Amino acid sequence: MSTTKEKSWSPRIVAFLCNWCTYTGADLAGVSRLKSSPSVRVIRTMCSGRVDPTFVLKAFKLGADGVMIGGCHIGDCHYSEGNFKTLRRVEMLKILLDQYGIDPRRLRLEWISASEGDKYAHTTLDFEQQLRELGPLQLTE
Amino acid sequence: MITVNIDGKDIQVAEETTIVKAAESAGIWIPTMCYSELFEPYGICRLCSVEIIRGKRTRIVTACNYPLRENGLKIRTNSPVIQEIRKVLIELMLSRWPNVPVVKNMAASLGVIEPKFVSLERDEAEDACILCGMCVNICRDVVKANILGFANRGIKREVVLPYEKMNSECIVCGACAYVCPTGHIKIKSLDYERGAVADWYLGPKTAINIPTLQAVPRVPKIDEESCIKTQTGGCGICSTYCEPEAINYEDKDEEVEIEVGQILLATGFQLIDLKQMPQYGYGRLDNVYSSLEFEHMLNSTGPTGGLVKCKDGSEPRAVGIIHCIGSRDENYHKYCSRVCCMYALKFAHLVKDRTKAEVYQFYIDMRAFGKGYEEFYKRLLDEGVNMIRGKVAEIAEVHSGSDGKPYLLVKCEDTLIGKFREIALDMVILCPAIEPQFDAADVKKIFSISQSPDKFFLERHPKLDPISTMTDGVFIAGCAQGPKDIPDSVAQASAAAARMLSLISLGEVALDPVKAEVVDEYCSGCRICNNLCPYGAISFVDDKKISNINEMLCKGCGTCVAACPASAITGKGFTDMQILSEIEGLLSI
Amino acid sequence: MKPKLALYWASSCGGCEIAVVDIEEKILDVADFFDIVFWPCVMDFKYKDVEAMPDGDITICLFNGAIRTSENEYLAKLLRAKSKVLVAFGSCAQEGCIPGLANFYDKNSIFEFVYKNSPSVDEQSKGIYPVPITHMPEGEIEIPEFWNTVKTLDQVVEVDYYIPGCPPQSFQILNAVGAVIDILKNGKPLPPKGTVLGAGDKTCCDECPRERKEKKIKRFYRPQEIIPDPNECLLDQGIMCVGPATRSGCDALCVKANIGCRGCYGAPPNVTDQGAKMVAALSSVIDAQTPEEARKIMETLADPLGTFYRFSMASSILKRVQPKTRPDSSGK
Repeated sequence: MSTTKEKSWSPRIVAFLCNWCTYTGADLAGVSRLKSSPSVRVIRTMCSGRVDPTFVLKAFKLGADGVMIGGCHIGDCHYSEGNFKTLRRVEMLKILLDQYGIDPRRLRLEWISASEGDKYAHTTLDFEQQLRELGPLQLTE
Repeated sequence: MITVNIDGKDIQVAEETTIVKAAESAGIWIPTMCYSELFEPYGICRLCSVEIIRGKRTRIVTACNYPLRENGLKIRTNSPVIQEIRKVLIELMLSRWPNVPVVKNMAASLGVIEPKFVSLERDEAEDACILCGMCVNICRDVVKANILGFANRGIKREVVLPYEKMNSECIVCGACAYVCPTGHIKIKSLDYERGAVADWYLGPKTAINIPTLQAVPRVPKIDEESCIKTQTGGCGICSTYCEPEAINYEDKDEEVEIEVGQILLATGFQLIDLKQMPQYGYGRLDNVYSSLEFEHMLNSTGPTGGLVKCKDGSEPRAVGIIHCIGSRDENYHKYCSRVCCMYALKFAHLVKDRTKAEVYQFYIDMRAFGKGYEEFYKRLLDEGVNMIRGKVAEIAEVHSGSDGKPYLLVKCEDTLIGKFREIALDMVILCPAIEPQFDAADVKKIFSISQSPDKFFLERHPKLDPISTMTDGVFIAGCAQGPKDIPDSVAQASAAAARMLSLISLGEVALDPVKAEVVDEYCSGCRICNNLCPYGAISFVDDKKISNINEMLCKGCGTCVAACPASAITGKGFTDMQILSEIEGLLSI
Repeated sequence: MKPKLALYWASSCGGCEIAVVDIEEKILDVADFFDIVFWPCVMDFKYKDVEAMPDGDITICLFNGAIRTSENEYLAKLLRAKSKVLVAFGSCAQEGCIPGLANFYDKNSIFEFVYKNSPSVDEQSKGIYPVPITHMPEGEIEIPEFWNTVKTLDQVVEVDYYIPGCPPQSFQILNAVGAVIDILKNGKPLPPKGTVLGAGDKTCCDECPRERKEKKIKRFYRPQEIIPDPNECLLDQGIMCVGPATRSGCDALCVKANIGCRGCYGAPPNVTDQGAKMVAALSSVIDAQTPEEARKIMETLADPLGTFYRFSMASSILKRVQPKTRPDSSGK
């Protein structure tokens, strides 16, 4: 991959963020003027448990290079245990993505609480960097 | 009732009354040494011996434990025979314990100056044990801990603990020391020698106390941990003294369920534990106080009556007030605790007012941000308070003073003159950081709210909505939300109250329309979703063989919507269609 | 004039053809009502016969089989043009079905195995790959070109209706054909485009007679590892069953035979991706609290991708497995 290519291409990340923790955390990152990844395109859901694997596959299909799911820390879920389901879904989805020939690292599950604006910022930056290393996800028809 | 005759006086008493009590009611003194109303009479000192005359027969009995049961009994409490007996008894005691005040006084009141006996066990101590047994009795009958007992016989008799060892059955109530007539039994504090200050802060240590004089409501309470009754089932003395019968030992803490529509969390703060910063010597050095302790000292109803005094009772010559202990400190809390600067100035003012001491303020930045605060700061400067801008590195105790009195040496950097300084002080007041309550994380979970990075409760919006939380109906006020002073707390709490009242006056609340719903036509009753709902909103309808969601219980998280393999559950506001369209839109550019 | 009927067999096993004949003597009613103009499996028709027809001449065409080759695609386009109503008949045409599993691989790796590495290839012909046009002394021989990816019918041409199943159950074919005859006879309006005929709107569970409980899966069993309870939900017993994410219509054929539903009737009405839904559903009811526990249970499930997409890989969101060697990012 050439250097010029690296500069012109930037990954597209779809992030599903739970309303109570990570979405608020992302908000905090903004209010705190922290630099987070501009590659992230956020979709708010009430709970990370709402994220249907269909959405993740759809995002990849439509051109996302990475998908991030952000929820409350385990034990801190606003809906007491929604994030446990997310955890298991992401685990199975990763097995599936691996079989699909898509690097499972392109799917990230992160627990970011409402107070962790800095974690949101550096996690998204880190994810962006990782996707840059993985390169664009070019699906074969 | 029966009538008896004591020393020629006819008196009426209830049956079973002891002679001592009967005599007391008639105003007749009978000497006693081992007697107390608190426990069963023991009759060991024999000083209360009296004569009872039944017809022609005369008997000598101990008055403390002789119950009166028959009419017409004659009693002589001071006959020559009795006087002689008492003299011999007290002479015997005096010969053994010549310096014990209660023995000497009793001997004097019985007309004995010098004993005519010589004791083999003569004990010169003023606080010798006179084997009265009161400690043994109170421990057995009142405290019911039953820990003290007599061992050996004759002149070798002594009061001992089981195996003569400290025993966990002893509840350290101190009743034995209280009742001991000679002071032989002492309570020794094993606490750190700083007991006095601890007492100021914690209030008196009796089992029944009024926490502070400003307590609301100002009524005494029983401290379960030190009450003998709750520990052994004994004692109960207080209830016999309380005429309105207000004491109820059975009263217990109870959990009461109250249904409410809104909740205001004003759970406050705690102060940082100063002992984790050993360089300041808190808890180790005398005259190093926390601001709260000092506030207690300044209180006119406090332990010193509001006077500023060192531990030895002297007035301090110089007082230092150190700001930002744990606040604005990378090692503890990065935030400013906001209230310290102003109360530190108040302390300085009051110390100036009440003593001749020099006052030093050690500060990082002076934050006099409120209404009238800056003016107060200016006034303090005029009063001649020494302001030193710099952090204190260490406080050490130094014993080299000219008068031999130890003083505190405060080592700090004065950043305004750019010099390292050591300042000798008699008293140091530390301003500890305001922290979230230790259980804030638990409270957060209970109410499904969030904490900000500093662990105080997170408001919905830092500027536009600092009183409500992300959970509808849960509001926050005061230091639970972040450090703030009284006016700010009052303002926030009033705002929260007003917000809650406005909802109450509306009479109804608008519920979030985000709910999940089962579309019957598509549900086949696979029951995948049945286990998923943490609120139990999903149930299986047996006759229709499909699942159903109770809309009132549903909180709209959408977990079941995602899980439904037939997509028979739709999540209003977050339908598959809506989210898929969002994805499409986001990735179209 | 009788309405004209065409039936075509693209990339499929031929089971659909059998299923049509399996409607037994009712086939005579069909033959009676329709003028069968094209049915290569049964009678001798030539492509040129179809090519000669005017556009829209065929009243209804039942097209089974996936689009694997250039010939499949040509016929799909041809029959689309010549038919008023084009029906994707059976799982292959509708969603790719078993031929769609070839999308786990690409053309090269398939050829490599079939024409080179397979033990059944003899030494002389090892590594001789088919090419569309071969020059021979006598002239050119042309065979259809093999596409890299198996497609469904509706990925190639517009499809009016679907009849799912592998194969569609005969009674459902009868229902569907009966309905069509009824419509044509009595001039009734056609159902909206895209309607799935010969199937229900619910899932396999609706027809499954087994008793279901609240689910908590501790491990998965392969069929040989367990004797299933005949009355209890197979999934409850840890036996993989795609029934919850599969359209009803087969009358729960497999589960009644103690085998978990394979999913041939395709995704239920509102589901876009059968496999993704199975992931969502199964992972929701796995009894695990940590990723490690979850993985342990998931590892007892053999080949999740192949299991969840046994029939729907070609119609899934991602449509195929990505080749192991990714083309260079600048290559596109």
